[in-house]
Amino acid sequence: MSTKILVPSGVLGLGFDLEALSLGLKRKPDIICIDGGSTDSGPFYLGTGTTKYSFDSCKLEWTHLMQAREQLGVPLVIGSCGTCGTNNMVDWMYSMTTSIAKKLKQNLTIARVYCERSADDLKEALKLNKILPLDPAPVFNQKDIDSFSHIVGLAGAEPFQTALDKGADIVLAGRATDTAIISALPLMKGENPGACWHGAKIAECGAFCSSNPSSGVILLEIDKEGFTVEAMAKNAFCTPHSVSAHMLYENIDPFLLYEPGGSLNVKDAIYSSIDENKVRVTGSVWQPSSSYSIKLEGTKKAGYQTTMLAIIRENRYVTKAQQWAKKLHKLSVEKIVSIMKVSPEKFTIDVRLIGYDATLGKMEKPVNKKPLEVGVLVIITASSQEIATEMSRLLNPYLLHLPLTDKEDLPTFAFPYSPAHTERGAVFEFSLNHIQLLDNPMNGFSLKIDEVNFD
Amino acid sequence: MTSLGELVFKIRAKNAGPFWITIDIFCEKPFIYEKVKGTLNLKAVSKYLRMPQKDIKMYEIKNLRVIKISICRPHVQGNLFDRDIHGAQIANLFSEFQIT
Repeated sequence: MSTKILVPSGVLGLGFDLEALSLGLKRKPDIICIDGGSTDSGPFYLGTGTTKYSFDSCKLEWTHLMQAREQLGVPLVIGSCGTCGTNNMVDWMYSMTTSIAKKLKQNLTIARVYCERSADDLKEALKLNKILPLDPAPVFNQKDIDSFSHIVGLAGAEPFQTALDKGADIVLAGRATDTAIISALPLMKGENPGACWHGAKIAECGAFCSSNPSSGVILLEIDKEGFTVEAMAKNAFCTPHSVSAHMLYENIDPFLLYEPGGSLNVKDAIYSSIDENKVRVTGSVWQPSSSYSIKLEGTKKAGYQTTMLAIIRENRYVTKAQQWAKKLHKLSVEKIVSIMKVSPEKFTIDVRLIGYDATLGKMEKPVNKKPLEVGVLVIITASSQEIATEMSRLLNPYLLHLPLTDKEDLPTFAFPYSPAHTERGAVFEFSLNHIQLLDNPMNGFSLKIDEVNFD
Repeated sequence: MTSLGELVFKIRAKNAGPFWITIDIFCEKPFIYEKVKGTLNLKAVSKYLRMPQKDIKMYEIKNLRVIKISICRPHVQGNLFDRDIHGAQIANLFSEFQIT
């Protein structure tokens, strides 16, 4: 006996090969699992409770997956709905699902798993010493929690298992670990727990563990001893190297993965080729922890931003751009403080030179060869949009005309568009890198089950 | 002198959550793996990135011939002074690391 899991791609909205999906369906998987989000695109999405993926792409792909589910009569599961996995994004997926079900005339049991925590929940847990920092952890106190825009707990396997146990055809979960989405069913069926979590980690990005990452579709078969992984696209191959290398991906430690309820150790895992496209893995070990904990994610508003971009083409200014940028920054701060009567700690002006070190900042090496032109990106962050934009107006004449010395004509730099400033709205930062100890794996996760009948 | 990028098969970097970046150096050939392992130690990485050793973790994965370096992000992902949200560009810096 074994459990077969079809993973169509690394995330809903990224696309997958339809032919590979149909080949995967022929293998009669027991479940179809896909991830719906990540923190990888930054704090804005959790900060605002929004998706980074296009609604139309998600809907098209979800339609294919709902048809596939209906065809096989197996559950379809998504975690971290709508990039950030907030409650409203679970409902966003729910409304998409019911609208597709109506069109396809499907009858479904749909489970929603909510993972968001309130400020009061977090305060209470903090009081009970149930919140522990990871390394490095932002520091916060009881009062700071009120400024957090959203707090989510990453669901482990249990909330998915509860939903499946209740007969859900479709599970729409909020924020969850990428692996829990996949490991839930095989764990329920008593497969080897090390293989469940390790297989889930290998398959969580879809075909990233193969020679053709963009093909998407992966079949994972987990049993009592280990797991087998196989790419479904005709031009994608899984090799011991491609599979074991994926364990390193986005993971601090190549051998250890912490999950709710324990950790996965793959130090002694053995990866062997079964044929040119299939890899068998054994020897992965699940080490249950003495207490059950989940990871928390949170964001808070960092201010409102207005940006400006100018381009320097004149050779002398290109050569001395770093010196010029320092002068620009100094004069801008002085002018803003003096005219707007704002103290310097109430705003930030970040001047980045594209062509020098705009990507890597202080880690960048000294520039040997000067670039042809330099982009000057000015990022202003203040307590309101109006203030940030007013600051950009004060700074505008410097960005356009600031000379290197007082003994020369005013230069004029290129502004690529008008208006020169761009309002970016509210910006956010991650405010938590903590775990929460739970007495019960379902604490803080709530389930809503609906029957929809459109046939 | 040759650059690490010319010597090895592939170097990739990516966020490992919002607080860390991880760099995987795929050496492919065993003798290159040994050479890289001998040169790119904690001290050298710390000096190259101008970052304290306590913020760097290094792993040797012999069967894959991979050297893995995980660094505590100088700026948390997406905060006001972060310059690379996905943390992938640091791979280029390692690609240009000079090795004798």
